[in-house]
Amino acid sequence: MTHGAGSELQCVLQLRGVRKSFGATQIIRGVSLDILRGERHAIIGPNGAGKSTLFNLICGRIAPTQGCILLDGKAIAARPAFEINRRGISRSFQVTNIFPRLSVYENIRCSVLWSLGYRYCFWRGVSRLRDAAEKTERTLEAIGMTSRRDAPAGVLTYAEQRALEIGITIAGDPQVILLDEPTAGMSRAEANHAVDLIREVSQGRTLVMVEHDMGVVFDLADRISVLVYGEIIATDLPSRIRRNEAVQTAYLGSAIHA
Amino acid sequence: MTRGDDIGVPSRAPEVVLRQWTTSYRVWLGAASVLLVLPFFPGLGSDFSRSLLSQMGIAAVFALSYSLLLGQTGLLSFGHAVYFGLGAYAGIHLMRAINAGLPVPMPLVPIAGAAAGLAFGMLFGSLTTRRAGVVFALISLGVGELVLAAMRMVQGFSGGEEGITADRGAGPHVFGLTFASQLEIYYVIAFWAVLSAALMVAFLRTPVGRMCNAVRDNAERAEFIGYDPVRVRFIAFSVAAMFAGLAGGLHALNYEIVAADAVGPARSGAVLLMAYIGGVANFLGAILGAVVITWLQVSLSDYTTAWQLYLGLFFMAVVLFAPNGLAGLLLMHVRLFRTGAWIAVLKAYAIAAVPAGALVAGAVALLEINYRRATQPEAGPQLKLFGVTMDTSTPWPWLAASGLVIFGLVALRRSWPLVTAAWRHAGDETRRRGEARS
Repeated sequence: MTHGAGSELQCVLQLRGVRKSFGATQIIRGVSLDILRGERHAIIGPNGAGKSTLFNLICGRIAPTQGCILLDGKAIAARPAFEINRRGISRSFQVTNIFPRLSVYENIRCSVLWSLGYRYCFWRGVSRLRDAAEKTERTLEAIGMTSRRDAPAGVLTYAEQRALEIGITIAGDPQVILLDEPTAGMSRAEANHAVDLIREVSQGRTLVMVEHDMGVVFDLADRISVLVYGEIIATDLPSRIRRNEAVQTAYLGSAIHA
Repeated sequence: MTRGDDIGVPSRAPEVVLRQWTTSYRVWLGAASVLLVLPFFPGLGSDFSRSLLSQMGIAAVFALSYSLLLGQTGLLSFGHAVYFGLGAYAGIHLMRAINAGLPVPMPLVPIAGAAAGLAFGMLFGSLTTRRAGVVFALISLGVGELVLAAMRMVQGFSGGEEGITADRGAGPHVFGLTFASQLEIYYVIAFWAVLSAALMVAFLRTPVGRMCNAVRDNAERAEFIGYDPVRVRFIAFSVAAMFAGLAGGLHALNYEIVAADAVGPARSGAVLLMAYIGGVANFLGAILGAVVITWLQVSLSDYTTAWQLYLGLFFMAVVLFAPNGLAGLLLMHVRLFRTGAWIAVLKAYAIAAVPAGALVAGAVALLEINYRRATQPEAGPQLKLFGVTMDTSTPWPWLAASGLVIFGLVALRRSWPLVTAAWRHAGDETRRRGEARS
């Protein structure tokens, strides 16, 4: 990585001294992090390290107590979630978060509408919007759910719902994708399938993910940050993170060799 | 308990089914032609029947607007009559202006109602739709009480409890039509009802209409695909208020009188009842609920003074045993009919119908005897029920009715498992066939 004068341009997402407290408890204790354009960045760390809180701060679900978050150099911290999403950050959830009574197709189509500029349009039939239909089809194909299009999302299998979750996240062509434990609760085969899917859909985009499965992390990530008790103790290439002693003692230990 | 799920898992989402129904213009053409000839059906030729049909049409528009709110956007309102009533007042005042010489044809009166509904919907909606769920429901209740109190105060505008009147016959004639007769006004209502239903269905198919469903399902997730749920709810609320106002305008046209109770909680409750009994999951339910409840309101009151009690019991039964309403029951049986296993279910129904009938008859008898003794002692002990005259001062009617209830309860408990088993069998059958197909 070059960290010369041009590094500001390379950074799509920057966190500067971000802190978050709930009451007297500090969950995030001054995190600074640069996410480079086009990289696949994994955030790992023990349970309760604040990984999900960090995600919630970036996507606007909660506001930081202190510090700033920049997307393309513009401050986004504490903006409403829908506004941050419109600017190009889209996230998935650890607990499946879909529209259960809508069909699979409708789930995806709703997710493409804003990005195509249809906003709160109430004078055009949605089925006449060719671009929305095409984008929906493409996304369905990417997540391999074309044949399940008419099924209500609520009756899908767990693995299917996880795939749909990713579909909703990427449908609007975001520049930054945040995936919160995309393979949690999956069998090995399902997780492998999910890794292929994530690799495919993150082509040409920036991906930030929180993940517990070290196989998945080292398989996918270009760089890894280690979050321990609300602080980032290391950000580096996977091969160096593996050898980093501070990381070994703080967290990885045997997990990495398993 | 029988559930739709027993017939396999539904393979298509509700909106897919709705789309298939309503995109076929034949459905709309069919509905319009039925409405066209309906007042000339045998038995529907009297002014009374045509008035009943007109009431059903008004109720259908009102219930559809409520279904847009509750079923499609997930907003439970206890004050939807506010927009109906204010629309009705706008309508009746326009009618009075027409009576005074304003050259506007009477059939356009509902537009004034819609405009008033939309304006007040946007005004109150901007405050109430910031929150969903319980908070929204409670605020809607508050707004309802507030507007009712206001209407009672501004006597000059509202006429208070007595109401204000207008004459729909005294306006410009269109093609020689005066709109004074019930038949003419029926057609005006039918026209607006079909147009409203089509517009509401069309609204649901626009980008923001789809997002209404998305916000209902998962408001938080909607934020993470770029939509502000508050904004979506506000738009849905305003549109629902507009159509409620339009229904109010039709009400003014139909009755030629509007009183303060038009905005009141009783009417808000009635529309909730209609939408829920019909089924809030789809638009068919709202229409079904409006038709059935209006019919019950009018006809039950002919048979018994305790009709509101029966309406309440009916509502409870639907909420408890058929959470998807009458439309849900209907769709469930349509699905059953397609499986071919319906004969077994029908047999089980026939067996269970005997104790169910006994239970209902016994319960009705007990209710009527008690109601008569408690509220109308002056009418004497003689009570005619199901064609039988009984003397309520003797213990025999009580014993007979109690016997029917007990027999019904016991026998129903024993025969109901037959129904459940038949449904389960039908479900297995469908699954087996589904597997054989794939």
